[in-house]
Amino acid sequence: MLIEEDYITEEGDFVVNIGPQHPATHGVLHLKVWLDGETIKHIEPHIGYIHRSIEKMSESLSYRQFIYVTSRMDYLSAHINNQACALTVEKAMQIEVPQRAKVIRVLMAELNRLTSHMLWWGCTGLDLGAVSPFFFAFREREIINELMEDTCGARLTMNYMVPGGVMADLHPDFQRKVKEVIAQFKVNIHEYDQLLSDNVIFQERVKGVGYLSKEDAISFGCSGPTARGSGISCDIRKLYPYDGYENLKFDEIIEQGGDCWARYKVRIAEMHQSMSIIDQLIDNIPEGDFQAKTKAVLKLPKGEFYQRVETARGELGVFIVSEGGTTPYRIKYRSPNFSNLSALPTMAKGCKIGDLVAIMSTIDLVIPDVDR
Amino acid sequence: MFITEYFKTIFRSVKSLLTGMRLTGYYFTHPSKTLTQEYPDNRKELKLADRFRGEVVMPHTEANEHRCTGCQACELACPNGTIKIITKQEILPDGKKKKRLDTMIYNLSMCTFCNLCIVACPSDAITMSQDFEHSVLDRSKLRKILNKPDSKLMEGVE
Repeated sequence: MLIEEDYITEEGDFVVNIGPQHPATHGVLHLKVWLDGETIKHIEPHIGYIHRSIEKMSESLSYRQFIYVTSRMDYLSAHINNQACALTVEKAMQIEVPQRAKVIRVLMAELNRLTSHMLWWGCTGLDLGAVSPFFFAFREREIINELMEDTCGARLTMNYMVPGGVMADLHPDFQRKVKEVIAQFKVNIHEYDQLLSDNVIFQERVKGVGYLSKEDAISFGCSGPTARGSGISCDIRKLYPYDGYENLKFDEIIEQGGDCWARYKVRIAEMHQSMSIIDQLIDNIPEGDFQAKTKAVLKLPKGEFYQRVETARGELGVFIVSEGGTTPYRIKYRSPNFSNLSALPTMAKGCKIGDLVAIMSTIDLVIPDVDR
Repeated sequence: MFITEYFKTIFRSVKSLLTGMRLTGYYFTHPSKTLTQEYPDNRKELKLADRFRGEVVMPHTEANEHRCTGCQACELACPNGTIKIITKQEILPDGKKKKRLDTMIYNLSMCTFCNLCIVACPSDAITMSQDFEHSVLDRSKLRKILNKPDSKLMEGVE
């Protein structure tokens, strides 16, 4: 039972509950906001509305089966989540992944990152009062989703990465279509700038809002564009390369601003970097197997295994404790959104309540990844 | 000084707004460039990807034969317990007893379309169909029996 004192701590305080059913929270997130007039004094995120106990569920699934559930965590970077699980199993069993499979994985992961950032861009516009960016973002995203459908069979929850490689070979039209999409998007991304980035109203709403200092970002364990917007070098693709990222040329985008505008710029620049990675790989897909030969039933050796990847939102870690059987003893996911959400009260303190929407949309929260 | 800055800001704001408006206006006057498809009306010409994962089906030949040997590999591979296979003992003409498929129950309401059963099947007996309109009025209709009545195992499939 909540008593009145839980809501009002001081004379003159006003408490607003934002969510769990609120379009600006992008999911079932419940924020309890203490206000002084319009200024935010304190925020308490209430999470757990979409908790599905994925970690516990995985304990009863085999090492081939537990991968599909992770598509439902951060559903906008489903490929990268699947890749993290596959990499952990491969690391534990010391499976050598064929070169072709590695290249396909990186291509798919970068396409996935593009779609995720496109959706984020559209939603940021929508949150801040611009409706048309959403349609522009979905125009490109739809074509990439169709590409995914051609090769993987699904648009959002692909379950394409399996231990030892990928589930199926690329669609014969894949290379041609990707080149078309990227060539078109290189033209269209200027429309993104015209519509939103150069818009004075938008800039006024994000510049200097939601400041997160470097020290705070480190202490809250932020990762991904949220931390890179505060000047921290934390790109796992650069620091702990996996699946052949060490052979690719791309920049880690770091902005020093620490505000919403810096985080916005990081993501826009990351789209350019993803396109450059795809350009480097699309003509150089080596021939060979798309999957290593593995046994029908996978058994991990006894021990603890950890692998981290860079999703569109930050660092995802997969930790498996194995007792030598066919199912894991314990699985723990270190999800980027949970840590990024924990920095929200610090970012929003002192801001106006209207700015809260801008801050939330530039952290790019995906609530199923917070609750798991 | 303050006045010039004030008017400059107004000018910049209006200019940036007009830039965006010009872009949306361009697409407003060029409807051929939009990609939106109106779904229920385009069912006839709607072409799905050949690998599209609809529901699981078991293809039958014209002679009412399927390729399922009843090995239960798909049942083991399914993470959700969607597939249940009931087998029977059949006596072959030479007197040997052999395990054969009796009923393959597929519960669509529990399926996540992860493709693991299709990959696990050693005799390519099941595939994913292109059907994506799954809604029914009664939940019991989602529990499907995949093998047709009186169907037999295809010759030569072990």
